[in-house]
Amino acid sequence: MSDRTIIRLSGITKTYGSGQAAFQALKGIDLTIDRGDFIAVMGPSGSGKSTAMNIIGCLDTPSGGSYEFQGVRVERLSRDQRALLRRHFLGFVFQGFNLLARTSALENVELPLIYRRHPAGVRHAAAREALKQVGLEGWEDHTPGELSGGQQQRVAIARAIVTHPTVLLADEPTGNLDTRTSEEIMELLTTLNRDRGITVVMVTHEPDMAAYAGRMIHFLDGRVERDHRNGAAA
Amino acid sequence: MLWNTFLLALRSIRRNVLRSFLTILGIVIGVAAVVTMVTLGNGATKSVADQISSMGSNLLLILPGQRFGPGSSGAPNFKVADVEAIRNQIAGAKLAAPVVTKVATAVYQAQNWSTSVVGSDDQYFESGNWELTEGRIFNDAEMRAGKAVCVIGSTVRKELFGGQNPVGADVRIKQFSCEVIGLLKAKGQSAMGRDQDDTVVMPLRTVQRRLAGSQDIDRIMVSVRDGASIDAVKDQLTLLLRERRNITSSENDDFRVMDTRQIAEALTSTTKILTMLLGAVAAVSLLVGGIGIMNIMLVSVTERTREIGTRLAIGALESEVLLQFLIEAVVLSSLGGLVGIALATVASIALAGVMQVPYLFSAGINALAFLFSAAIGVLFGYFPARRAARLDPIEALRHE
Ligand SMILES: Nc1ncnc2c1ncn2[C@@H]1O[C@H](COP(=O)(O)OP(=O)(O)O)[C@@H](O)[C@H]1O
Ligand SMILES: [Mg+2]
Repeated sequence: MSDRTIIRLSGITKTYGSGQAAFQALKGIDLTIDRGDFIAVMGPSGSGKSTAMNIIGCLDTPSGGSYEFQGVRVERLSRDQRALLRRHFLGFVFQGFNLLARTSALENVELPLIYRRHPAGVRHAAAREALKQVGLEGWEDHTPGELSGGQQQRVAIARAIVTHPTVLLADEPTGNLDTRTSEEIMELLTTLNRDRGITVVMVTHEPDMAAYAGRMIHFLDGRVERDHRNGAAA
Repeated sequence: MLWNTFLLALRSIRRNVLRSFLTILGIVIGVAAVVTMVTLGNGATKSVADQISSMGSNLLLILPGQRFGPGSSGAPNFKVADVEAIRNQIAGAKLAAPVVTKVATAVYQAQNWSTSVVGSDDQYFESGNWELTEGRIFNDAEMRAGKAVCVIGSTVRKELFGGQNPVGADVRIKQFSCEVIGLLKAKGQSAMGRDQDDTVVMPLRTVQRRLAGSQDIDRIMVSVRDGASIDAVKDQLTLLLRERRNITSSENDDFRVMDTRQIAEALTSTTKILTMLLGAVAAVSLLVGGIGIMNIMLVSVTERTREIGTRLAIGALESEVLLQFLIEAVVLSSLGGLVGIALATVASIALAGVMQVPYLFSAGINALAFLFSAAIGVLFGYFPARRAARLDPIEALRHE
């Protein structure tokens, strides 16, 4: 275990429902993620990828096992404490973009900074800078309805990185995009990982997209089936 | 944060102008009704109070029957002897004037005018605070003889004589002719919107004989001597009249002795009933308005589930989401309050003109109405806001 470890899952289980209807979506996950990793999480539909991502993203709590995020035992935290953890260390990119409708790109990107109580001037500057980094300079005043899918996902990425998060979590970020646009998004994530040192954990179905990552984790039926550096077998 | 939330709320209201307007309609109507009603009520009360104080605070009014206004029949009317007994036996009574009122048409040359004819004696003018601008009031001989002489109010003068001096002219009232000997100084509108100057005053006996056809007196006006206790005089009057009307100790009074405060209350009692009715309407519409806000906020929470999920995911606290929706509800309902207040101001000014009462702006009632509408937002916005705040971020993000 290096001191570069920022995420450590040990024996994580997640059970939905109870009694007869109980369903175990995660059956014991052991996983460590280092600072600066670029991870592609793969596996068939229903294998527990999103469930694991939600736990890593502190949106959900495990039913069993322990989850340490930067040394903090997340499963012991309250709902609000987890919210603060997300606010300060995590960025999210969703398959469906989840931008606020009828709200300009700039205001969408500013949203996390509002919760961090940054003054308006600082927010504007930071949001412009983030939009520039995702290649959307000049699109600040456009609303999601006026942007293409790829552009919307770029806005979402800008919103995720505007707070300088330690970890960026992306659950099927290219699931709604065509191949060319997907590749552009992957280039962007690669750049952010390489140049800004942001740890990226991304779920994808497509091997072509996973190929951008440095490490691949395969889920199967609620367990980690395979975990290997890109190119090499585990 | 708070300011941003406020701007956010304004923006979401602006995005849906029609819906927002319909939502706050209940509050608008409720607030407008309350503020208009209280404003007009204040105006009416003030004009009653003004009129009462112009009557002098030492005035007592004695009426037959237990109730004020029409419907007091059954109880016998008073006689001149009652008035004389009051003058002779009640030391605290400075003046006592018998009053008989009849409606009759006064005719002068080609002009005719329906007015209220009062039969009384010389004490009527002093106890009623009447002053003369022309001529004189009737003398003892005229009163005793029941002479056809009269003192007219300024409205009657205007209607019958225009700008002419009426003193010395003969006016026809019913089938008799009556000489105008004096002109009363204008008093203006009464509290209830009655024109006090629309009157003709004659000796009591003249009215009794020629118009009423009976010896009865409708009411007695008593002026309490300065320094005398009004309550004591009231008690003495009650005792005296009970005795004169042969009321046994087990029976209730069949007359009322009212002081100016009670007269004012009687005059404003209809306003009060109206106020209560309107108040009930306003309360219901405020409740409906509140429920409307709750409903629209619940719809909004459902519509914006994904947005709430996103906010929670990027680190919004439960309390911050709660506050956001609460502020939206409060902004919405306060907006309703403001529109209602504006509407009430316009309506009050217009209605005050129609109802002939003064328009009195009251900062207190307007501020109260505004605070109340904001409170409705808090009250009815809390439940939807809490629902939003307690959403599970994962499920909210998945929401279609
Ligand atoms: N809230 C839930 N309640 C019940 N079952 C769930 C819930 N969320 C996920 N599951 C189940 O858990 C399993 C894993 O789901 P998920 O993690 O979303 O899979 P993946 O993202 O790999 O497709 C699936 O069988 C799914 O039906
Ligand atoms: Mg999934």
